Formats: sequence, structure tokens, C-alpha cells
Amino acid sequence: MSTAAAARFSVSSRLLHWLMAVLILAMLFIGVGMTASVSRRYSLLVSIHRPLGIAILVLVGFRLINRLLTRSPPLPFTLPTAQRLAAHGSHLLLYILMFAMPLIGWGMLSAAGYPIVLWGAWQLPPILPQQEGVYAFLRQLHTILAYLFFVIVMMHLAAALFHGLIRRDGVFESMASWRRK
Amino acid sequence: MKVDARDSDGVLPALSKTALVTRFAVIGVVVLCSVGAFAYAGGWLSPDRTTQARIVAALQDVNGSHPGFRRAHAKGICATGWFDANGNAASLSKATLFAGGRVPVIGRFAFASGMPFVADQAKGVRSLALRFRPPGAEEWRTGMIDIPVFPFKSAQAFYEQALASKPDARTGKPDPSKMQVFAATHPESVTALTLIGKRSVSSGFADDTFNSLNTFRFVSATGVSTPVRWSAVPVQPLAATVEAASTGDENGVFDALIAQVAHHPVQWRLLITVGQPGDPTNDPTVPWSINRQHIDAGTVTINKLSSEDGGPCVDVTYDPMVLPAGIEPSDDPIPSARSSAYARSFILRQEERAAKPRSAVTPQEIVSGGKS
Repeated sequence: MSTAAAARFSVSSRLLHWLMAVLILAMLFIGVGMTASVSRRYSLLVSIHRPLGIAILVLVGFRLINRLLTRSPPLPFTLPTAQRLAAHGSHLLLYILMFAMPLIGWGMLSAAGYPIVLWGAWQLPPILPQQEGVYAFLRQLHTILAYLFFVIVMMHLAAALFHGLIRRDGVFESMASWRRK
Repeated sequence: MKVDARDSDGVLPALSKTALVTRFAVIGVVVLCSVGAFAYAGGWLSPDRTTQARIVAALQDVNGSHPGFRRAHAKGICATGWFDANGNAASLSKATLFAGGRVPVIGRFAFASGMPFVADQAKGVRSLALRFRPPGAEEWRTGMIDIPVFPFKSAQAFYEQALASKPDARTGKPDPSKMQVFAATHPESVTALTLIGKRSVSSGFADDTFNSLNTFRFVSATGVSTPVRWSAVPVQPLAATVEAASTGDENGVFDALIAQVAHHPVQWRLLITVGQPGDPTNDPTVPWSINRQHIDAGTVTINKLSSEDGGPCVDVTYDPMVLPAGIEPSDDPIPSARSSAYARSFILRQEERAAKPRSAVTPQEIVSGGKS
């Protein structure tokens, strides 16, 4: 048995990673798409964006607990320090953004006095009082962090492919492989 | 990846130069395609797409830059009161606010123009926006205007008209040839504008009828969905109709309302127009038959007015897609367009909030009963 197949993320980690990967990419595309559409698609996208954001917030809560309870495979000892730092730094940033983006979205709708509608009569309470200025700040932050989020996701994707295709060091397989051992 | 390609020391054979280049190219293509798709979704690759930012920018070109103000319906005042539901609409909509009882309302009276300091035009299009906040249930926001139909059937048509009515740099007036092109390509707008031109205009806000114009759907507790439009019909008798275009008074139309409310609360009945199969739901330029059934859902009472400055409506966007369970959008494209453009306008004016000059109608004017 090779070392590449030996060190894999747990099944729960891999499930959460790939489920959230799909949801977060969808969320980023819905978010940027709804700010540039005025047709009925706009309302449809907004109505998906809110509950999907809350779903991501709930999932990242489980994911953090899962991360603390399960063992993550170590990066290959041959990995240069700079790449090692980039890996840890970007993962930390991804966790921060996964928590921050839904909370900022929820907070900014609260500060703007919008109802936070999930589905029909299912609504969330505001987490901030309605307040001028706070909305404008959080709304801008939501946009800036969304672009940052997309950039980090792209770098994460490029790095994963770099590990899988160029370095071939088992890092890609530690998350992407579903083969039986 | 073949893990068994490793040698006995666990080291993979080096990639050939060609393989290395190919693999880097694959990574590059995957990332570039993702970035391209993201840019496409965001509208950066489609300069002709009608977006909320472009609509709001076009409105600003027509009306000038007025930081901190709504990009449309810019000149207005806040209104506070309540809605007494009589339960008549409860069979059509399961929305809590129709069940019966009193619901607090924060409203706003305005002229539809995007100019916040223009002198009141007696025949200018007026609006009444309402925010119903039933305690413990979902809120409802609606913006209504006092014309019989909406002049545009899509956001695209609205945007084209805004572009065509941008004042020419030399004449300071819209280019007539551009307006002609718009009229030729949008006959439905010409028909609607003729209907709007024929309307009789009430003397002020208090004796004015405000219409939803857009079609929504009421959904009953048993799931029956009915297309509806609605109107706020004044309880106050029609005082007079106006023929002159100008009041000759800066805030004359607002002052008249302020004086009336200081004397006595003003009221509107909320009339629900029940659509029939075949009534156009996706085109607000087309009126429904006057023979449609009307349901009186209750009465809106306004007993207090405030200036926008310090008033309860200034930081509210009357987004027509803020709907309670029991009211749903129809296939009318305009509410979604309004929702997106209002959101954009709201972002801009909240960012500019600190730079906002005082609104035309001041708190002092309200306190002095409209006779400042």
C-alpha cells in the first residue's frame, strides 16, 4: 500500500468538503449573477441565495466540529515551507469566509430592516438592529469578501490540481479519492 | 493517478517536458474557464445586458445626481398609521395581515420623479408606499402609483426609455428622434401612455387613488392561487380635479396633505381586484376589465406625517417583493425589476447617507401644519 492512499481525509470530511464545494460555488455564481440581473431571474436567485447561505452556515458549523474531531492527513514533508504556509493560510481564510459571509449577509439584511425570509413564512430573526450606515458597510464588505472568496477558491482549485497533476504527492487524492483501500 | 508507478523508494518517475506543459495547461484552462464563467454571470462580458446598476445610472443621467436620495420617487414624506383588516380577503390569501385586526403601517407619500427638490407639479405622478408589519407575522411592502397602467412591460423597455429621455448635452432636453425610436419599438407603451394621459387628476394626495399596477397572486390556506391587483381608494371624497400643471407653490401638494392630516386622519380602502382566467398577468401596460370583482380587504388610516429627515421611512426600501406567505409574485416581470433596481438605489443612498442634504419637506414644515 502506497503512502498516497494511506493518508486520506475521513469519509465525513470528504462528504462535507464536496457538498460544500458545490454549494459555495453555486452561491458565488448566484450572488454575482443576481447583482447583474433585473428579470424574474433576479427574485428567483435572491430567494435561493438566502436559504442557501444559511445552509452553508449550518454546514460549516458541523464541518468545524468534524475538523476538530477527526484527524487531517499531514501535508507531505517534502512540501516547501512557502507552499505549506499558503496551504494552511488559505484553509484558515476559507473557514473564516464560510462563517463570515452568511453572518454578514444575515447581519446586513437585519441592519437594512429587510425580513430574512428562508421560505414562505419561515423567517429568521434579525441579528442586528436596523441602523443607517451599518447596512452600507456590511453590504460593501459582503461584495469585497465574495470576490476574495472566489479568488481563494480558484487558488485552492489550482493548488489541488497542481498537487494532483504535477507534484502527484497524494494531497489531491487525500480529498478526491473514493476508492476502497 | 497511478500510485503503483512509484519505484521501490516511493518516488514517482519524472514527467516528460511535454507532459509537464500539458498538465500546467490543463490547470490554466480549468481556472480560466471558471473565472470566465464568473465574469459572465456578473455581467462584465455583456455590456448590453440590462442590469440594476445600468438602470439606476440611466435614471441618474435623466434626473441629475442627488446623493442620499431615492433614484426614483425622490421627493416624499413619511406616514405612520395602521391597517384594519376586515377579513374579507382572508378567503383568497392566507396572509396573517388579512385575517382581521389592526396592523401597524409605515408609509410614504411621494412624487414619482427622481428629482428631490423639484417644485410640486399638480399633475405629477404621485405614489403611496406602504409597509405592513403585523406583530409576529411576515411583513408586506407595496408601492402604488396614481396612474391606471404602468407604461412599460419589461425592465428592458423601462431602461430603453430612460436612455432615450436622457437630456441632450446641447439642448438640455431629450432627443426627439430617440423618443420616436422608442415609441416605434414599444407600441404597448404608447397605448399605455395615452391611457395615462387621459386620466383625471385629483387635487392632492388625500383624494387620490393609488394602484399596484403589477399583478401578484394571492394564495389561500387550501393552496388556491388567484391573480390579483390592488388599489388604495380614498375614503375622503374627491375634492377637485386639477387642470393646471403647476401649483405655483414649492411644496404645495405636500403642504395640503400635511394640513389635512393635522386636522383629521386620512384613510384609504384597500381594494383587491380579482383576476379572471385570460386576464394578462405578465403585462402591466394592459388594464383589466372594469367588470372584475373587487374585494374590500380593509382600511388604511394615516394619522401622522413626518419629514424624511428623522422619519421612519427614509431607511426603508419599498421593495415590492417583500411579501408575506399568502402573497406570491406572478409572471409579471416588473416587480422583480423594481426589487433589483430599488436594492441598487438603496445601496447607493445608504453609502451616501452622511452626505444627504435635508429633504425638501422639513420637520419644521410638518410641525407647522404645512404652512412654513
